[in-house]
Amino acid sequence: MSASVTRRAALFGGFCLCCLPRPGFAVDALSMEEVAPGTFIRRGPDAEATPENADGIANIGFIVGRDGVLVTESGGSLADGQWLREQIARRTDKPIRYVMLTHVHPDHVFGAAAFRGDNPTFVGHAALRGALDARGAFYRQRLAEILGEDKAGEVVYPTMEVKDGAEIDLGDRTLRLTAHGSAHTSCDLSMLDTGSGLLFPADLLFVGRIPSLDGSLLGWFKEIERLKAMGAADAVPGHGPTRVAFAPAMADLARYLTALRDETRKAVASGVPIEAAVQSVALGEKDRWALFDTYNGRNVTQAYQELEWE
Amino acid sequence: MKGPVMKRLMLALSLTLSAAALAPAPVRAGATDTDEERAARWSEIKASIFGDRKVEASPSAVTIDAPARALDAALVPIGLTLADKDSVKGLYFIIDDNPSPYAAHFTFGPAADPGEIKMRVRVNNYTNVHAVVETKDGRLLESAKFVKASGGCSAPMGMSDEEAMKGMGEMRMKFVGDVQPGKPAEATLMVRHPNFSGMQMNQLTRDYTPARYIQKLDVTYGDKLVFHLDGDISIASNPVINFAFKPEGQGSLKVVASDNQEGRWEHSFPVPSASN
Repeated sequence: MSASVTRRAALFGGFCLCCLPRPGFAVDALSMEEVAPGTFIRRGPDAEATPENADGIANIGFIVGRDGVLVTESGGSLADGQWLREQIARRTDKPIRYVMLTHVHPDHVFGAAAFRGDNPTFVGHAALRGALDARGAFYRQRLAEILGEDKAGEVVYPTMEVKDGAEIDLGDRTLRLTAHGSAHTSCDLSMLDTGSGLLFPADLLFVGRIPSLDGSLLGWFKEIERLKAMGAADAVPGHGPTRVAFAPAMADLARYLTALRDETRKAVASGVPIEAAVQSVALGEKDRWALFDTYNGRNVTQAYQELEWE
Repeated sequence: MKGPVMKRLMLALSLTLSAAALAPAPVRAGATDTDEERAARWSEIKASIFGDRKVEASPSAVTIDAPARALDAALVPIGLTLADKDSVKGLYFIIDDNPSPYAAHFTFGPAADPGEIKMRVRVNNYTNVHAVVETKDGRLLESAKFVKASGGCSAPMGMSDEEAMKGMGEMRMKFVGDVQPGKPAEATLMVRHPNFSGMQMNQLTRDYTPARYIQKLDVTYGDKLVFHLDGDISIASNPVINFAFKPEGQGSLKVVASDNQEGRWEHSFPVPSASN
């Protein structure tokens, strides 16, 4: 136990001093929430990647099923993934059978390397491989610049590719996977746990933290409808609280995307150039989201490029 | 990884700059460069483009409108306002620390109203950007601005090459406000083209997608030139250029674009008349 605490302290540069004196006590209580029986999620802070947080900014966690463990999100770096793996080891001896790679963004896939030794099935959207080929090396380099070479992790490709839908059986529950059309990214994979009824939309649902648009704005609206049709009452969003009521949380996201779409369209139609649009579109949403100033202008840039060719 | 990138850089350079540009060892560019290092780099670039011609610092001749920190390094909007538009012959835009710094060269014709040009570029690093105006009497007037961005040239396009090339050559022209004969009119040209920088990785072959970018673009009004553009890999994908011209009545804006891989596209856009 003490060895693992040392490692954790090293990973986070000693920042989590409050947790150190009593291994296995405060660490567990603070870091993972049991959002459903056997389902543990760590809330990612609404922050950008820093050396201190090791890019552990997404909601990551795992489901302990009868026949093994499914990792819902791998973590944002090798360090973050190693931390998650340790959290799993503290709670169960069952083998890690599946690791979900929900989309190409670094805060969701760079923890995967920590699970290689467990030889799990790495599950991803059919378009993830291509997206990792296009971006993986670029992301890795940026991550290594922030965290250092040894903590960044490496690109791990899916060994199970989901084209439309798929099911994973953990013995006591089935997980229904859906490969989505271009929305948040071009390779979003969601998961419905028939055991708990929880929906894992990954970054198709942001709560509190401003959504980032990196796929298709119009496509995102379509995929929202598909998620709604799954009928889940509660969800584990990719960012935000670890468990939320699905409908109101998704309504908030849709409201932001609607402002982004409608106001960008208006800007395009009335000849407002992109550099002015980034300053004016969706400002009514400013006080409703963390990191608004960091991402909104970029979202407008993406939306403008998509909508100016309508 | 370094190997192929460097090869592309040399290729891009050789296509756009004079041979002299290939001679000096590349100056290492980075976010931490000192002012002296940046000045040395600019001197080197200037010499490669303008030879021994004198380039005068003249911040008032051309104003560079660019975000101090780019929101998206692969699409940085640039606005260039020229103070004395009647004396302008051409306009150069240079992104000092980009792999191929020489981003664009506009040559204006008699149908141009060269008071302002807007375009979108890629910025690969924390860098100075320079605009240089060439006047009709042969003077070169420079202005600079510092832009913080990174990864704009190697940033992935976010989709497959095939998808990025969909509709390549398609164009649109948007006219701003009423167009009246004898009064300068503003227009925005949009061109579908991936403008591959040569630094983006192909998803299938796992090799770098060869640079493919709009190299020459001519806009004419009737038989008069509005502008000629020599472009390069620093221009963002799906180029959008905002410019002004002098309408005379009925007429069309004709656009002829060609890329470095022998793609050639031609479109004509009737200028809307304000008389009805």
